[in-house]
Amino acid sequence: MATNSVAQTNVIDPQPEQIRRDLLWPLFHTSKRFYVLVVVLIAFGIPGVFAYAFQMSRGMGVAGITRPVFWGFYITNFVFWIGISHAGTLISAILRLVNAGWRRPVTRCAEAITVFALAIGAQYPIIHLGRSWLFFWLMPYPSERGIWPNFRSPLVWDFFAISTYITGSLTFLLLPIIPDWAMVRDRATGLRKRIYTYLSLGWRGTPQEWHRLEVAMRVMAVVILPVAVSVHTIVSWDFAMAPVPMWHSTVFGPYFVAGAIFSGIAALIIAMALLRKALHLEQYLKPFHFDNLGKLLLVMSLLWIYFIFAERLTVWYGNQPSEMAAFWAMQRGKFALLFWTMVFCNFLIPFPILAIKKLRTITGTVIASSTIVAGMWLERFLIVVPPLERKYLPFDWGTYHPSWAEITITVGTLMGMILLYVLFAKFVPMISIWELKGGPHKKPAVNEAQAAVRSAAIPLDNTLPSTNS
Amino acid sequence: MNAIYGLFPDSNSARRAVAALRAESSRLRIKPKAIEIISCEPLEEEGFGWEEQRSLMPYLAPLGALLGGSGGYALAAFTQRVYPLPTGGMPIVAMWPTGIIMYELTMLGAILTTIVAFLVSVRLPSYKKRLYDPEVTNGMILVGVADPDRDCSGEIGQRLQQEGAAQVKEFSSE
Repeated sequence: MATNSVAQTNVIDPQPEQIRRDLLWPLFHTSKRFYVLVVVLIAFGIPGVFAYAFQMSRGMGVAGITRPVFWGFYITNFVFWIGISHAGTLISAILRLVNAGWRRPVTRCAEAITVFALAIGAQYPIIHLGRSWLFFWLMPYPSERGIWPNFRSPLVWDFFAISTYITGSLTFLLLPIIPDWAMVRDRATGLRKRIYTYLSLGWRGTPQEWHRLEVAMRVMAVVILPVAVSVHTIVSWDFAMAPVPMWHSTVFGPYFVAGAIFSGIAALIIAMALLRKALHLEQYLKPFHFDNLGKLLLVMSLLWIYFIFAERLTVWYGNQPSEMAAFWAMQRGKFALLFWTMVFCNFLIPFPILAIKKLRTITGTVIASSTIVAGMWLERFLIVVPPLERKYLPFDWGTYHPSWAEITITVGTLMGMILLYVLFAKFVPMISIWELKGGPHKKPAVNEAQAAVRSAAIPLDNTLPSTNS
Repeated sequence: MNAIYGLFPDSNSARRAVAALRAESSRLRIKPKAIEIISCEPLEEEGFGWEEQRSLMPYLAPLGALLGGSGGYALAAFTQRVYPLPTGGMPIVAMWPTGIIMYELTMLGAILTTIVAFLVSVRLPSYKKRLYDPEVTNGMILVGVADPDRDCSGEIGQRLQQEGAAQVKEFSSE
């Protein structure tokens, strides 16, 4: 069968020593390319910091948002990055729960995206505040002002949801890193050794530690799934709770979650391909990983087009004048070019690439993922801006043009996200070494092996599989 | 703490050593908990660690969730009453939005309890000098006996060597 042939071309697995050597290599060796990349990212990111500082000193007037469009690029980016964050924890947790062996090289790349995308995304409501230094007003704490956050506000729900998600995702990322950091500790010297000694918390690798880690990861996988779903549902309620045309929709929750997983998988594929090339991980991130993720992406692409159709069909069928103004602006008006570009990027281009097996190669999935990431950003923009431009009565209509400050900050945070990811890859093995060495689980042997150790009298060599076999 | 340990190149020989030490524990005056096994990957499926397979963690997580949820309700409901907002005749504490806060804090409670339970149950972080050998990182499996009887430590070392230890070493935390 075709599926088997893909799997079979990838069955030659590296030996444990080679795994350690290959995956720890980037931590101990720094090429000139790394420094060049970091400098380039900082160079492109710094204008964003200046733009943000300029916006804080001059006020929100330097951004393009104005009456009636008070949500523009910043909220678009917020929704986009929170969506991208669904790459890691959600996918990793699902694959961990179903014990999918092929997840092992993929999970850490994915979980790191989640944490950094959340960190970047969570900055946008603060940037959008204008007076960012008052961001702590969002937090629930009693103050002498007699103000308490309004628990009916979806923005306060965001605070709780994102805080919970970032705590969970960070834990989900860090727990399995501890044994790998211990491995780095044992090979490092000098200051590096001291740093990794602290980071590894004194991990040794006793059976109790391994068992508790596995249990903790299983519990976390169960808990983090509903949190991930709730986060993007709550982000969708930032819109759906408002009586704005094309926002006030019950389908927004699942529509946003599906879109988030869609864009998240696409971002993961791009990141994996770049890591594969840059860190020479060809033996670990194999074509069948891209093939499997490509299939997932195909399913999500179909789901996404279904939601787009379902959402627009109900609006069109309802034929409410206020909704139709925003609807037609997107279908054949001012935003038509963006709308149809989005449909091309999210469905018409990736669908054939991902559906035809011959095209579902590493290059194919990366091309499809790149168009999807761009298309999903457009989708977020089209959710935010057109309905606000055409809100109810025409006297209150307006236009939105992003300012240089918004564009610079957007580019700056993108560079920031890449920089965080690159630095992470420098300090942490991007593939979980201990999980990879563990290989596929050999459950049937467990009881036999346990019985053998308990009785301590059975000729063990004849009954048990060898680790090296 | 003193210890004598062997470094085994594969799980078969390590398992044989553990079995031998357990079988002769009374003669060599080894307490059951004194046998330590350390590896750079989980060996549960190789028969190690079956004694460790009881953990309260899965039960503590729901307890933490319950605490988190209750805390969420208390935070939202209590403070909304303390700082009442004009709601135009609607309830001050509305269950729908309060439910969302409760849900998120329920999950946060479960997450934090799991982290704390994990760290407490494995006694991490711990920067004290404990039985360990960096060779474990290179794939060796450490099988050792903590605080062995002085008269028997030589024999324990021989036993470890007989079962296939590549090296036998002594450890002292002082």
